[in-house]
Amino acid sequence: MDSDLIVQILFAAVKTGTPLLFIALGEVICEKSGILNLGQEGMMLMGAVVGFLAAYSTGNMGFGVLAAMIMGSTMSLIFAVLVLQLGANQVATGLALTIFGTGLSAFVGAGFVGQTIQGFPPIAIPLLSDIPYLGRILFNHDILVYFSFGMTAVLFYVVNKTRIGLTLKAVGENPNAANAIGIPVLKVRYLAIMFGGAMAGISGAYMSLVYTPMWVENMTAGRGWIALALVVFASWRIGRIMLGAYLFGLASIMHLVLQGMGWSISPNLLAMLPYVATVVVMVIISADHFKEKLLAPRSLGKPFDPRNMA
Amino acid sequence: MKTHNSVSRLELANITKQYPGCLANDNISLTLMPGEIHALLGENGAGKSTLVKTIYGVVAPDKGDIIWDGREVSIKSPSIARDLGIGMVFQHFSLFETLTVSQNIELCLSKAQLNNIGDLADRIKKLSAEYGLNVDPSRYIHSLSIGERQRVEIMRCLVQSVKLLILDEPTSVLTPQEVSGLFDVLRTLSKEGCSILFISHKLHEVTEICHKATILRGGKVVDTCIPNEETPATIAKMMVGELAEQEAGYIKREGTNVIFSVTNLSLPSKHPFGTALKDINLTLKAGEILGIAGVAGNGQDELMAIISGEDARNVKQAISLNNLDIGHLHAGERRKLGMAYVPEERLGRGAVPDMSLTENTLLTHSDGFVKNGLVQWQSIKNYTQTLITKYKVKCHGEFSEAKSLSGGNLQKFIMGREIGQNPKVLICAHPTWGVDVGAALAIHQALLELRDQGAAILLISEDIDELFLLADRMAAVCNGHLSPLVKTEHTNIDQIGQWMAGTFINNTSVCAQEQEAKA
Repeated sequence: MDSDLIVQILFAAVKTGTPLLFIALGEVICEKSGILNLGQEGMMLMGAVVGFLAAYSTGNMGFGVLAAMIMGSTMSLIFAVLVLQLGANQVATGLALTIFGTGLSAFVGAGFVGQTIQGFPPIAIPLLSDIPYLGRILFNHDILVYFSFGMTAVLFYVVNKTRIGLTLKAVGENPNAANAIGIPVLKVRYLAIMFGGAMAGISGAYMSLVYTPMWVENMTAGRGWIALALVVFASWRIGRIMLGAYLFGLASIMHLVLQGMGWSISPNLLAMLPYVATVVVMVIISADHFKEKLLAPRSLGKPFDPRNMA
Repeated sequence: MKTHNSVSRLELANITKQYPGCLANDNISLTLMPGEIHALLGENGAGKSTLVKTIYGVVAPDKGDIIWDGREVSIKSPSIARDLGIGMVFQHFSLFETLTVSQNIELCLSKAQLNNIGDLADRIKKLSAEYGLNVDPSRYIHSLSIGERQRVEIMRCLVQSVKLLILDEPTSVLTPQEVSGLFDVLRTLSKEGCSILFISHKLHEVTEICHKATILRGGKVVDTCIPNEETPATIAKMMVGELAEQEAGYIKREGTNVIFSVTNLSLPSKHPFGTALKDINLTLKAGEILGIAGVAGNGQDELMAIISGEDARNVKQAISLNNLDIGHLHAGERRKLGMAYVPEERLGRGAVPDMSLTENTLLTHSDGFVKNGLVQWQSIKNYTQTLITKYKVKCHGEFSEAKSLSGGNLQKFIMGREIGQNPKVLICAHPTWGVDVGAALAIHQALLELRDQGAAILLISEDIDELFLLADRMAAVCNGHLSPLVKTEHTNIDQIGQWMAGTFINNTSVCAQEQEAKA
């Protein structure tokens, strides 16, 4: 294998990993506040279809991305109201959101299947893109990839270095205590959930505007679920999420690579790789109960109702 | 106590708070002067917690005024309370285990306060030295002992120059030595003019440190007194309302033959922040109560879990009942052989919250009430009703859900259910934790009665007074080590207190060293 091919593979891994990175960053913020939102796939699909429609009908790509973000956070707002205000079960509500989003996106996008648009053009960043190998892998992408880099850096800083991050962690670890010292728990959780929704929206838009610039029913193909596994894999740390997203991205394109190298393995089997990897990762991490307990936000998935505090 | 300032620090006038089905606070008024240490007394459900939460802005009163430093204020949230200079140390600590000491303290401060303070770590160190509250700001909460955690909570209040400190049962989790350390801190604060509102169940502590006391019953103020002019007995009488039966002393028994023993039991903990058991040896005789003292988190939970079989690891040789190894049997098999348990956690371990009392009875009595594979509901209902009557469990009936009972009543029910199986060995953890005086008395008497019938009882408790009252022999745990077993009349609170701190381990403070090493 020559170095040129490796660079191409890694370039593709970054590109494939980007939607995973977006959605997993959103989910990790949500989970750090103690909320498990299994509606990722539904929000992502709605983001993809609405982003595509907005960009297609206005011809403005930026508008498409914005519309997708708004759609994603609107979807998550439904989830937030049900879970935070009405005390609905997080797991059931999340699953319902995914089913809802899958159906609605297919319905909304039915008339647009097969239409294509011009995706975001790649922008080579001056100087950085001239770095041997690395420049071609990381700095020759479209604007959304750079945005995901920036977002990772910002979140890393906010979560680890600021009071906002501290508040978020406090709410996720012990909402009762947080409430007692005067942190507005529900407000923090609303914001975290809606941030997660917006990121899922972008992630969907990346699929329909950049990755394959068209709308196809169910085009996210389970990426919302992979992102949930990715968050556990990264043990709720921002830096590791980026690394994990690219690893999963690499796993997703391995079947193309191996086919290109002339391996005679059924492409169907190889296409299973990222999903198998997801299952394996979950099993390995869950087996180490000790570690999982230590790293996961303490109150993850547990409801909190300030009105019950007597 | 400074009294030359005539303006009261805090005045509550006619505070009323109604919860659905319960008038928690009914026209409560009280006055607190600067530097005064004021005790708030009452049985469980008397309305103490609601009242202090009102002062701290967690609960909004329906009616009534709060006057702070001479002017009326409305405390809508804890941050407003903190801005006024009110600090609170919660009974169940409101600390975040995965954050450091200084991060925990920072979370409680507003931006303005943080700017005033400058370097937070320096300020913490300075306060540590000033008040003798030793805490390293960079340590994570989960690595701290309970006593250290409490110091962090107090520190959290001191950092923001507190004028009123509210402490909700601060001593229930401390060793006697730690308690006296805490009292030193409180006295210093009081001399500096800080008022203290002190909730406690331990009346001798109240008479020792408090200047004034307000007694609540059923949401109302029923009495006020000057504690050092009273005795614990007279205060108890004011709390309960009728002449409380005094638990001055019960007859100690010798016990007969050894019926249950744990031999050379060493076991690593399954939990990340748990304690490993180290070479535990104990024997339990029929007809005696063996008390185990210790500060929470020193291996009591782990010991309880392995003895009950909840921790399913095989320790066949280490645990024996009637000379029979039972360390490999599961919890149900051990129960069949005559063991019974009253766990610390009532809801979730001792009883299933969403099930009725009848169903909860069935859980540990399945043998007697199942015929040909069918549950005999009528007989189990009748039996549950007898338990409710016999142990005076306050509830709507045998159909009530376990979670609808108050802590003390549920505990009486669980205790009755376990005793009702005529166990040979009863393992009992913190039986009266958070239980009011009346219920505690009933539970104590039930335990003694069971002992006198010839059962062996292992009593794990953090309440030293309770252990001295009930136990025939005693020991203490520290960091997974068990001290020697001694007859209660051959020891005293000082010795047990030192054992709780680990001095029995080679006469040096190995325990403390190990805790240091662990950190």
